[in-house]
Amino acid sequence: MATRLKDTDVVIIGLGAAGGVAALPLAQAGIEVIGLEAGGAMTRRDFAPDELRNNVRNWPMLASQKTKQEAPTFRATAAQQAVQGGHPMMNAIGGTSLHYWAQHWRLNPWDFKVASETKRRYGASRIPKGSTVEDWPFGYEELEPYYDKIEYEVGVSGQAGNINGALDPKGNPFEGPRKRAYPMPPLRWTAFHEKMAAAAKQLGWHPFPGPAAINSRSYQNRSGCMYHGFCNTGGCHVDAKNSTAVTTIPRAQATGHFKAVTGAIVTSIEVDTRGRTNGVTYVSNGEEFFQPAKVVLLAGFAYENSRLLLLSKSKAFPNGLSNNHGQVGKHYFSHHQGAPVTALFPFDIGAWYGLPAQGVAIDDFADDNFDHSSHDFIGGANLWAMSDRRPITAAGMNTFGLAPSWGSQWKAFIKVNADRSHSSYIQKTTLPYEENYLDLDPVVKDPLGRPVTRITGEFKDNERKLAAFSQDKMEEWYRAAGATAVVRGPVGGAMGASTHAYGGTRMGDNAETNVVNRWGLSHEVPNLGVLGGSVMGTSGAHNPTHTVQALAWRTAEHIVKNWKAIAT
Amino acid sequence: MSDDRPRIISRRDILRRAGLAGAAAVAAPAAALGAAAAPATTEPALQAQSPAAPPREAFENLTATEAELLEAIVERLVPSDQHGPGAREARAAHYIDRALGGALASSRPAYASGLAALDRYATSSRGKRFLDLPATDQDSVLIDVETGAATGFAGSSAQFFGLLLNHTRQGMFGDPYYGGNAAFVGWDLLGYPGIRTMVTPADQKALEAHELKPNHKSAYDYETFNKATAQHDLHTHEDLAHGD
Repeated sequence: MATRLKDTDVVIIGLGAAGGVAALPLAQAGIEVIGLEAGGAMTRRDFAPDELRNNVRNWPMLASQKTKQEAPTFRATAAQQAVQGGHPMMNAIGGTSLHYWAQHWRLNPWDFKVASETKRRYGASRIPKGSTVEDWPFGYEELEPYYDKIEYEVGVSGQAGNINGALDPKGNPFEGPRKRAYPMPPLRWTAFHEKMAAAAKQLGWHPFPGPAAINSRSYQNRSGCMYHGFCNTGGCHVDAKNSTAVTTIPRAQATGHFKAVTGAIVTSIEVDTRGRTNGVTYVSNGEEFFQPAKVVLLAGFAYENSRLLLLSKSKAFPNGLSNNHGQVGKHYFSHHQGAPVTALFPFDIGAWYGLPAQGVAIDDFADDNFDHSSHDFIGGANLWAMSDRRPITAAGMNTFGLAPSWGSQWKAFIKVNADRSHSSYIQKTTLPYEENYLDLDPVVKDPLGRPVTRITGEFKDNERKLAAFSQDKMEEWYRAAGATAVVRGPVGGAMGASTHAYGGTRMGDNAETNVVNRWGLSHEVPNLGVLGGSVMGTSGAHNPTHTVQALAWRTAEHIVKNWKAIAT
Repeated sequence: MSDDRPRIISRRDILRRAGLAGAAAVAAPAAALGAAAAPATTEPALQAQSPAAPPREAFENLTATEAELLEAIVERLVPSDQHGPGAREARAAHYIDRALGGALASSRPAYASGLAALDRYATSSRGKRFLDLPATDQDSVLIDVETGAATGFAGSSAQFFGLLLNHTRQGMFGDPYYGGNAAFVGWDLLGYPGIRTMVTPADQKALEAHELKPNHKSAYDYETFNKATAQHDLHTHEDLAHGD
């Protein structure tokens, strides 16, 4: 029998990028919030610049047993047997915002209206077959104030490209209008970034520094970035990376209205006889607790959001909570981040230091920023040339057919070329399809005996064609900057567990095709909110965290403004 | 990468036929370096508390036979030559040995069966145990193992080769805290100027001008960091602990 704990107003499941943000506006309004976090707490002392631990041995998974034990299984199609893979996410106060790259992009206006804009400009036949893509229930303008809020509350560095319609050639000319500049200038560029920017301009493109939730100078009494080179899958040793563990969570705690509970694995969201949620059950150190709450916010990342709903069965919700329309787990997709391009330059790049959020971006081929009339795909790609190199990874570099992979010839090659290769990061529009979804694995279970999430998904024609197109553009850019050899990674494939996971609890006005409404609250359970990429119906060509956090703040603010109606 | 293979083989085949054994000829002087392979540091105080292991000649997990064979293999994968010390001097086999009792424990059976199979294959195909073959023949055996052509392995020999190469690189280029990359020979080979906790714009410019001096320190030589292990223990803060 679960021990019943003292009532609270709101319980948040998961204190990562999304839950950690939502806690702040609620606590600031005097609402009593308890955050349940499966992982523990870490400090800057835990973030050693140790490539072997962080990158080779997958520190995020080693450091958080829950994700390790609950890694989803995946398969490309329903005809296959799913196998369990790794998990890129971390359980801890701050979650994956501790070790993510912290690229903090707004979506562009087109991303909110992919379906209607594609039909308007190219005709309905251009929506890829089998895609379930819908417009968002609102446009970019609705989210702009929340993007702005996150940029200042969490701290984002960057170069504005469009302030109230006034374009600045130093920034992204394709971004939606913003009401003011970023609170911090962009992270610095290296000589290589300058070279890539010059090459892009020569091609007639519009290079600009990307936005990052990383301090480019001291901000909110925390240090600026030290560029030490271990930001990728590593926490920040000077707290310059603005994870929720050092930004919104401590500020929420300071209000006296927010309490974080670590080591709490939520096993079920409970409902009362009216079909409203009345709290959650969790396990901590083998003991079971019931935490009553007036409002529950589910913020466990895409895989756990769908899973926990599907596991929370009751009389009112026999197929899982908020799943009487069979939409939980549907419209799932992960960003098609694969299909990289790697180039060899005849000079040292100077990439031993720096970070993946530091670099040159090109949005000329993102979204619908170019005419697709003569192309056979919709959407586009953001091209990103960053800094990211560490020794073990460098030693494993592609040898471009110029040397074997071991022995004296390899050693001679690596001695000259270890700092001369560059791999692109190309973020591409990815769409939801009927055939791609999340459900519960029929075989694989966690140590508590609960099925893990099963991913069924593969990148379809639209993603593969777009990927090939973006590789052409990336190669063109590298060659213009002086690359002497270029190789391309494979396109498409199965969707394994990803840090950029979308859908499963999609947001939309239509309850027949969406799990949550325009405010992020369940269509079926009025006092249950869902936070995270799982509510996003499109990915755009940019990293999701900024949008996830803007939406989380917006949902929390809506709950504050409508507290009585939602909580009772 | 697999596209590279036919070319590698043909090039190596040519070398083999030409009887070029360059690496073996220069191995001797570099071997002397192995004796003084404790992580170098210019500050004696730091050295005293350095978590990096002192040189240990005894292996912890591999048998003497396995260890001797592994030493010979890693020496071929990253030979000592005119470009500097190799994996033997980096103590890559010692790194692997120690890790097989910890983070790489799940690979221990693969090493037992793979090393034995490799030596059997050397004997059956080249007439001598791997250790007794000249370097060029050792290389040709390793090429067979790499391409999956070697017989007598539990699975594909290519899989075992992949394991060996990955772990050897870890032992050559990883943080010396874990027992390899002795005297920072791996990082020096790559031109990696080392772990710093701060890189100023001036440092970056110096790097770009090839004027940045290598910083020979393990991450754990910085007192800033907890001496974490791969089986990292999360510590719970009292103010964040489970409550009512």
